[in-house]
Amino acid sequence: MTAPAQAAGQDGGATPAGKAAGPDQLAYEPVIGLEIHVQLKTLTKMFCGCELSFGDPPNTHTCPVCLGLPGSLPVANARAVHFGLMIGMALDSELAPRSIFHRKNYFYPDLPKGYQISQYDEPLCLGGMLGEVRIHRVHLEEDAAKLIHVGASGRIQDSDQSIVDFNRGGTPLAEIVTEPDLRSAEQAGEWLRLLRTTLRQLGVSDVNMEEGSLRCDANISLRPAGSSELGTKTELKNMNSFRFIERGIRAEIARQEKLLQAGERVIQETLHFDPSSGAITTLRSKEEAHDYRYFPEPDLVPVAIEQAMLGAAHAAMVELPAKRAERFEKEVGLTAESAAQLAFRGELGDFFEAALLAGVDVAAQTLANWVTVELAGRLEDDPVNALVTPQALAELAGLVASKQVSVGAGRQVLDRLMAEGGDPVEIVEAEGLAALDGEGDELAAIVAAALEANADAAERVRGGNAKAIGPIVGYVMRETKGRADGGEVTRLVNEQLGI
Amino acid sequence: MSDLDIIGLSAAEAAGEIAAGALSAGELFEAYRARAAEHVAEAGLNCFTWVADDAPAEPAPGDDAAGGASRGGTLHGVPLAVKDLFCTVGVPSQSGSKILEGYLPPYTATAVSRLTGAGASLLGKTNQDEFAMGSSNENSAYGPVLNPWNRERVPGGSSGGSAAAVAAGLAPWALGTDTGGSIRQPAALCGIVGLKPTYGAVSRYGMIAFASSLDQAGPLTRDVTDAALMLRHLVGHDERDATSLAFPEEIGPPSAERLEGIRLGVPKELTGDSTGGDGEGIEEGVLDSFRAALSRAEELGATIVESVQLPHALHALSAYYVLAPAEASSNLARFDGVRYGLRAEGAKDLLDMYTRTRHDGFGAEVKRRIMLGTYALSSGYYDAYYGRAQRVRTKIAEDFRAAFEQVDLIVTPTAPTVAFKLGEKTADPLAMYLNDFCTVPMSLAGIPAISIPCGLSEGLPVGLQLAGPAFSENRLLDAAYALERALDFDGSQARV
Repeated sequence: MTAPAQAAGQDGGATPAGKAAGPDQLAYEPVIGLEIHVQLKTLTKMFCGCELSFGDPPNTHTCPVCLGLPGSLPVANARAVHFGLMIGMALDSELAPRSIFHRKNYFYPDLPKGYQISQYDEPLCLGGMLGEVRIHRVHLEEDAAKLIHVGASGRIQDSDQSIVDFNRGGTPLAEIVTEPDLRSAEQAGEWLRLLRTTLRQLGVSDVNMEEGSLRCDANISLRPAGSSELGTKTELKNMNSFRFIERGIRAEIARQEKLLQAGERVIQETLHFDPSSGAITTLRSKEEAHDYRYFPEPDLVPVAIEQAMLGAAHAAMVELPAKRAERFEKEVGLTAESAAQLAFRGELGDFFEAALLAGVDVAAQTLANWVTVELAGRLEDDPVNALVTPQALAELAGLVASKQVSVGAGRQVLDRLMAEGGDPVEIVEAEGLAALDGEGDELAAIVAAALEANADAAERVRGGNAKAIGPIVGYVMRETKGRADGGEVTRLVNEQLGI
Repeated sequence: MSDLDIIGLSAAEAAGEIAAGALSAGELFEAYRARAAEHVAEAGLNCFTWVADDAPAEPAPGDDAAGGASRGGTLHGVPLAVKDLFCTVGVPSQSGSKILEGYLPPYTATAVSRLTGAGASLLGKTNQDEFAMGSSNENSAYGPVLNPWNRERVPGGSSGGSAAAVAAGLAPWALGTDTGGSIRQPAALCGIVGLKPTYGAVSRYGMIAFASSLDQAGPLTRDVTDAALMLRHLVGHDERDATSLAFPEEIGPPSAERLEGIRLGVPKELTGDSTGGDGEGIEEGVLDSFRAALSRAEELGATIVESVQLPHALHALSAYYVLAPAEASSNLARFDGVRYGLRAEGAKDLLDMYTRTRHDGFGAEVKRRIMLGTYALSSGYYDAYYGRAQRVRTKIAEDFRAAFEQVDLIVTPTAPTVAFKLGEKTADPLAMYLNDFCTVPMSLAGIPAISIPCGLSEGLPVGLQLAGPAFSENRLLDAAYALERALDFDGSQARV
């Protein structure tokens, strides 16, 4: 909420901070749509059998097809279609029973055939919704190769040499296009994170912006607040981190607002945002726009979606973050915060659900806390790699809830479980971590010793200062290695002091 | 066996002689290699752009593994001439273009490897119109091919080198491709048999593309039996070509002697003396020969049905010259000087390199079609040209479907003329395009069609075309075989 333009959009008519709104200074509402390219995590490329790779030596994953050699022909990757259908299902799209590939024709050295095989007016998925944003379409296409310009600015115009690495060329891409439903840079960033989690959960992509497996262009226009007509839009290209996307959109909103308030017009063009300088520069104007001469790709047959393919995609679907959070809250009875924490980190949600099924008598919220606080706090990455099983965590939570093990001892047991795995009951027995029984003599003796060692504190407690009990309890906990129940210790202290 | 006797054998006969031990594969190969070598690189008929230096090595006796690739298999080492546009590993594959001069592919086209896999031996690569665009072989960057019947005449195109080589006895048989008539028309003009299979029957993988939705590989042979033999080994689904299909039955050797019960449809749209009222018609001599062949067919028991109609066939050529160039404009975009083939020197930037490379590398006809196709696909013109041409194409396919309810096969002259003189039509592209008038409709419909020689006019061969429904190749070959026997055309006089 710091950028002036942002304030104008978000608050629907509020004056940009620090500016006086004159009679001719309208407040503008940003209208933003996103185009997201996602590299699909198939084994092989979109139209040939070359393995996907990242970071391998240049031009080691190529063949006549992805090099566009004369006579070679594409064959569509069935797995990419499968992933495309899963994305469509996740975004509530309409899945086209028949879709076709088109050729998008233009010359560039990273495009070995002189055209990109993409989809045009008959895409795989139409419409849809994610969160509060409508989806326009989802289609499949192939990625271009990677160009490296040697010398000068690193751009093709004044480089000494340009070399091409075709390893990336032909990687399957899903292009997801939203309707212009976003109203601020922050909202765009947040929504993109939701999309990323959703795609990651589906397992269809690495969705890593730094490695380029998730790329985003933004279409941005401004209109007077309250208007329903769309202004002239610009397209901001290829921003490669969440931070840059938000900054880029903010900068473009500010640029357009400045133009409009100065009475100038926004020109339809394609722009580049330089994150280091914050500058926005023109890549090409509308007049320079390519005529891609789309036509149906004659080397491929239409993608006809059969029932078996839908069945396979459906079977591969996982519950998506938004729906899962809702279920955790409404059906499992978790707090909204726990529900979201578990749902938006799918692997934690999976762990929680498995623990819930372990058949241990412990409240769901208690178990959720163990997962979101204790387990998540100890995890460096994936609980799949931790040695603690959901069953073990559930049993541990049960032991603590039934006061057979104190909270402190429970944490020690979890440390052991995470490092070595095993059964919590056995660890408790082997380490002697069972809660000390308040009825037995052992704990009473330790409490007596604690009172003797902390005579001053004991005196203050006796005098009515309940808070002074801290050092006494601390002594007991040290002596018992945390096995004592805090409540039980307090009861014994009071009993022995005659309170 | 003398060389003359050897050259007199058809491919099937030669394979039989080798199998029987009467002829060695090496002897056969060398006989053809020596002859072909006299007609390569602007020498002789200029049929070849490349000829093998040596016969492939003899496999050791009992070496089954090597046998398939060289001399074994049912084709027993019979030499094969292959149109230049088929990629052949390590062998120049230039598609008749300067832009691919000296290009050595790293892989072999499926159609070629199916034949060599069955035992055929690669004899040479044959000259063709550049990127298969032409009807006279005069558009080759490697010079025109001469017609062995008369060296002042063209052999037809675009598979002109393949057709002339077979007619002249420089190869027992040849592999060609047909987009709008490029197998059938040169076969007709050279007095041999040429078959364009059903679209999808033969893999296109490794064929340097002209128009993907129309290109189809097929045999150019001395007789119908050889055409069936080659086709038998060519057909089948290829996992590398998404548009290829499994052939529903085996291609058998043709054996019909009569045409009893066969209804032959003679559509007036493709057999009249005027093609669309613009004065260009089917030559009288061609029509006479065609009519005489129809009489022989009747004598064999066929019923001639003159009432069959192909009402949209008159628009086929127009639709074809939108669709084929549109696809070509895209297919030929890859020849940009970046990775292989010609790269113009001295370019000042990327665009200049593209422009100079393509300016220097492509011939006039190829440039013409790239421009036509680019225009037809441009924003604002797409519907009026490409969209409309597609609708015409659909109508033509429907016409054929309706016609095949009424008749078994369609019969027409293959080309409206006999072989014309070199240079006669080069100044008038439209006149050249009209030579494909009878063959283009079948290409647009994706159906199989065969051309067989049916007689002479002005001392030059006339072709008769038979077309059938998709995957009716066996029926087509049988009918062609019966007619071939009855017509008893003698093509041996063209041998050099």
